[in-house]
Amino acid sequence: MSLKFPIFMDAQSTTPCDPRVVEAMLPYFTEKFGHPASRNHPFGWEAEGAVDAGRGRLAKVIGARDPKELVFTSGGTESINLALKGVAEMYREKGNHIVTTVIEQRASLDVCKRLERQGFEVTAVPVQPDGLIDVDEIRRALTDKTILISVMFANNEIGTIQDIAAIGKLAKEKGIIFHTDATQAVGKIPIDVEAMGIDLLSSTAHLIYGPKGVGALYVRRKGPRVRIAPQMDGGGHERGMRSGTLPVPLIVGFGRAAEICGESMAEDNARIARMRDRLQDMILSSVDEAFLNGRPDRRLAGNLNISFAYVEGESVLMGLNRETALSSGSACTSSTLEPSYVIAALGASAELAHSSIRFSLHRFNTDEEVEYVGQRTIEVIKRLRDMSPLYELAKEGVDLKTIKWKAE
Amino acid sequence: MAYSDKVVDHYNNPRNVGSFSKDTLGVGTGLVGAPECGDVMKLQIKVNLETGVIEDAKFKTFGCGSAIASSSLATEWLKGKTVDEAAKIKNTDIVNELKLPPVKIHCSVLAEDAIKAALADYKDKHGSEATTAASK
Repeated sequence: MSLKFPIFMDAQSTTPCDPRVVEAMLPYFTEKFGHPASRNHPFGWEAEGAVDAGRGRLAKVIGARDPKELVFTSGGTESINLALKGVAEMYREKGNHIVTTVIEQRASLDVCKRLERQGFEVTAVPVQPDGLIDVDEIRRALTDKTILISVMFANNEIGTIQDIAAIGKLAKEKGIIFHTDATQAVGKIPIDVEAMGIDLLSSTAHLIYGPKGVGALYVRRKGPRVRIAPQMDGGGHERGMRSGTLPVPLIVGFGRAAEICGESMAEDNARIARMRDRLQDMILSSVDEAFLNGRPDRRLAGNLNISFAYVEGESVLMGLNRETALSSGSACTSSTLEPSYVIAALGASAELAHSSIRFSLHRFNTDEEVEYVGQRTIEVIKRLRDMSPLYELAKEGVDLKTIKWKAE
Repeated sequence: MAYSDKVVDHYNNPRNVGSFSKDTLGVGTGLVGAPECGDVMKLQIKVNLETGVIEDAKFKTFGCGSAIASSSLATEWLKGKTVDEAAKIKNTDIVNELKLPPVKIHCSVLAEDAIKAALADYKDKHGSEATTAASK
């Protein structure tokens, strides 16, 4: 099979829509265009039925007992905003303390920062060098003012899957609401909100081969009944928690994407993990001083995150980006010029945090693509090391830590 | 972010990558930046002690594509210049030539620092000879 360029291995940033998802969505743009809140005519009934079906499919993939526990939003960011701000506002009388982690995605961190400015106290527990959060750290961080624990299910950079059931158990034991940002996990690993003690769960469609622009927040109705203050006022849609006309085609697509993920999860994961492992073996066996980030045995199937010592992440991407889409923890391409805070939080040196590359594979990648990307990565790293003063110094036996660097 | 054609060209075909032995007569070495900042440049000049002209220049850079391009361009510009002329290269010249966006201006600043550091090292090591050459 011939390769088609550019090759996409950035599936933790987004995924292509599965053609089956698009097919399911199409009629809802044209002939089935009704408003699901139109209660008095067939257009509305049809749309409402489609939304209910989508809700049911998504409920199934996360183990929600009642589809009504799902509130549709515009995506992961909005779900997280609604969960954190909604709980903070609703339970303010009860306490003002939130426990989270240092490796959450930007949306969570930024909402927490805003809440801090509004008088809440946030404790972000550290992460262990292998990418796992120690549940005892969370336990120690709790106070009698803690109203919410928020921990991501699987990390967007290193793919590490947290012990969500243990955190859920702790939260139940203490009577604290537990939110998990499962945007990277839904449809990729088995989730059971009941067994795992999850009270709030954020998800998004575009990471599971669904459309961009739709997400959902699971809000537990029983044991305990969780209440959140709405952050969007209007017609009182979604049981008053999120007003706004529901994007029916997107919800249909989200539901279908979740359904396909549920059905093919074992098969997809086996295939994707096999390709990921091949890529990992290729690179690590050919490149010295390349370090795997995150715990290998608790990782999303498609995730591979490697720090290449002595080369900077953005320069690696530049060598590959005409033919391969990857991503770097080093957010040099944005205006922040910061190394990856996730890799840095693992205790890696700042230099290695500047050198991390994330390969994230998906359902539609092929073995040929893996071979190509592996080979090209090895070539680019070699070329950049040949022009790296740090590699030269290291090869001369100089300990880089002994040099007095003059930062600009 | 899209890179300018010149940055891409320097990244794909970097000029004058390599190293001189630091102890070679006429060589000045500048090593600037810091690994934790994500940018380190080593820039070297080889000066003809008779004429004070930079006959060769080499670089090695750890950093993004714009940092590599800035140092590659610097070595091109240094060759054939006298030590005094080289001291006049400004980071803004590099910004203009490579069309660096605002977030990458620090790359050009680092390249200017590397030039200055290499010149200073050269003068430290060869101050007396250089003066002799200039007075001839």
